[in-house]
Amino acid sequence: MGIELGLMFWLFLGTFVLLLIEGLYCLLVTYNLMRVLIGIEMIIKAVTLFVIACGYVSGQTALAQSFVITVIVIEVVVVVVAAGIILGFFTEYDSLNVRNARNLRG
Amino acid sequence: MSYLLILIPFLALVIANLLPKSKRAEIVFWMGLVLFVAQAKISALYLFGLLPSTGLQGIESILGFHLVLDNLAAVLLFTLGLTGMAAVLVGRFTIKRGDDRFNFLNLLLLSLIGINGISMVKDLFTLYIFIEAVALASFILIMLYRDKASFEGALKYLILSVIATALMLSAVGLLLLSAGGTSFAELKMVLPGNWLARLGIVIYLCGLFIKAGLTPFHGWVPDAYAAAPTAVSVFLAGIVTKASGIFTLIRVLPLIGSQGAVQEVLLIVGTLSILVGALLALGQKDMKRMLAYSSISQMGYIVAALAVGTKLGVLAALFHFFNHAVFKSQLFANAAAVEEQVGTVDMDKMGGLAQKMPVTGITSAIASLSTAGIPPLSGFWSKLLIILALWLSGHYFYAVIAVLASVLTLGYFLYFQRSVFFGRVPEGLKDIKEAGLGLLLPVVALSAVTVGVGLLFPFFYKVLLR
Amino acid sequence: MTIMIGLLILTVLAGLWATMTALLLRAAIGLALVSALLSIIMYRMNAPLAAVFELSVCAGLISVVFISTISLTHRLPLQEFKVRRQSRITRFRYLPLVLVLAALGLYIMYRPFHIPLVPKEMVNDVRLVLWETRRIDLFGQILVLLAGVFGVLMLFKARSKDGN
Repeated sequence: MGIELGLMFWLFLGTFVLLLIEGLYCLLVTYNLMRVLIGIEMIIKAVTLFVIACGYVSGQTALAQSFVITVIVIEVVVVVVAAGIILGFFTEYDSLNVRNARNLRG
Repeated sequence: MSYLLILIPFLALVIANLLPKSKRAEIVFWMGLVLFVAQAKISALYLFGLLPSTGLQGIESILGFHLVLDNLAAVLLFTLGLTGMAAVLVGRFTIKRGDDRFNFLNLLLLSLIGINGISMVKDLFTLYIFIEAVALASFILIMLYRDKASFEGALKYLILSVIATALMLSAVGLLLLSAGGTSFAELKMVLPGNWLARLGIVIYLCGLFIKAGLTPFHGWVPDAYAAAPTAVSVFLAGIVTKASGIFTLIRVLPLIGSQGAVQEVLLIVGTLSILVGALLALGQKDMKRMLAYSSISQMGYIVAALAVGTKLGVLAALFHFFNHAVFKSQLFANAAAVEEQVGTVDMDKMGGLAQKMPVTGITSAIASLSTAGIPPLSGFWSKLLIILALWLSGHYFYAVIAVLASVLTLGYFLYFQRSVFFGRVPEGLKDIKEAGLGLLLPVVALSAVTVGVGLLFPFFYKVLLR
Repeated sequence: MTIMIGLLILTVLAGLWATMTALLLRAAIGLALVSALLSIIMYRMNAPLAAVFELSVCAGLISVVFISTISLTHRLPLQEFKVRRQSRITRFRYLPLVLVLAALGLYIMYRPFHIPLVPKEMVNDVRLVLWETRRIDLFGQILVLLAGVFGVLMLFKARSKDGN
């Protein structure tokens, strides 16, 4: 029982790490601002999966679910605010190129 | 009693939004001012032990919040009261459009509720939620004017904030696994000996480093502070970074204690921040960016003091936290005054303003000297305590670096003073007047606090010892 | 067990597609797909409420926000798009490689291990019981939502006024 649980957890940990890598890579390498947002979303979803996995393995699904529900609410607001930033960016620069956002240097 | 600090501002927020559009900005301004001043007064009373404990237990059990007001929280609340008051006043007189002012004050009230929450919670996940609420309010505040630079600053802050979120939530997951919950009480029971819980808290701390703006995650700080409207910078620099990052460090660190590898990491992060902040501040032309790098440097001091782990260290860190909030808010308020009158924050274009703006000049001199640690101002005492804490616990190398960095701090502030306030007055600035009364009020008040705390320091020492 | 492994692998692949695809609209759909798969995984892990939330909010609301933002920001002209596509493929081609390496690394590092669990009385009966102990989180959520509302009011109102 302990061993199978361990294997299960390792699988979830693996998926978590892989999704995290995908999100981070997307965030760092992209030129397009919208993809930055997608990267952000991937990262948050990966963490959501991890929290649920921890809850499942430790048997505390109720607590984990309440965490996840709260995080999803926060995630929505973050996405909305980020979309607001991106739209504002677009109205000012007329492009979504992240390269334009390197003005504040020094 | 503790929940009132959250509920009353919340009520104020709700009422503020139900007011008719015409007179909104004025009424909300007065509400905000009253709230911040009241908070400062209440928490000061609490710290001196003069507050009578009241009843109202009935309401508390209905609400079911788990909030605890203790001395540590009271320090943050008092700092918040002072800084918030300055921010409200600066905002009132520098933000031109009534609509913008209303939005500014709204979000400020929201941040007030959030930071009050941060100070009083007893649970890591709840702490995260309030940190996130304050951060969201900050993103929106940075974009108050919707000009070009503000989007970039807000974006950088957002991205790093999400990474911090990921770190903190992963830590929560790990803690769920190893400690069965995230409240401080549960963690205290489990921590000695449980390596997974310890790892969880360390990861949580890394998330907090990002929020505090410490090296190597300080990338967002200069951009965010410089791109925000100066009234927002007063609030951001004075409180938000401190509360979400440093104060939470002070809260969470005692859970695992600062020994061994953790202590090394904290010392290195702190010292690097001191150096990076000070060195990068030297070459700045933009006043707000220079102040931002200076903030990074001071945060490093606080973390280095915390790393020591002794009572003296914590005391020094807390005192410097309060001092820095006071003089950084004041410096930003001065920057607002200068920006208001001169129209730019580029230091190369300024000069000789001391003749035209005497009050601003004197107060900013006081604040600069306090940051650099010149006696008998308050900054001197807190820096001295930090260096003492480092020295007495055997970290001689770090203490020496701290002292050297003080010299650097003095260096860039002297440059700031010289280029802005002394020297010749450039052509286009011949008819600059002193800033209006409203802008002067907070800076004079904050300067008074700086000088007063400095002179009366032995008296405050006893208070802080609790 | 095998179903779960399949779901996890599908999630990673969907994420890969969402990250690497050329058109933004497809990326948004990929993200919604990841949310849906995540929701199914959560349901199978005894977390039904979270699954419902994830499905309705993430796969629904966020996709709407994404797609409306994408449609409000115009597309690149075709020539620049082709140039950009070329450079994007060069930049992103390392991603599958890194993923495979990471997966291999994780596979090698796996030893059957025992997690130091804490034996705790489970308060598991009903989720609503849990909201009794976590009431302050609800207040925090309300705060966050208020911040979001203010944000929307401030950020999205000016666009129509400026007419930029």
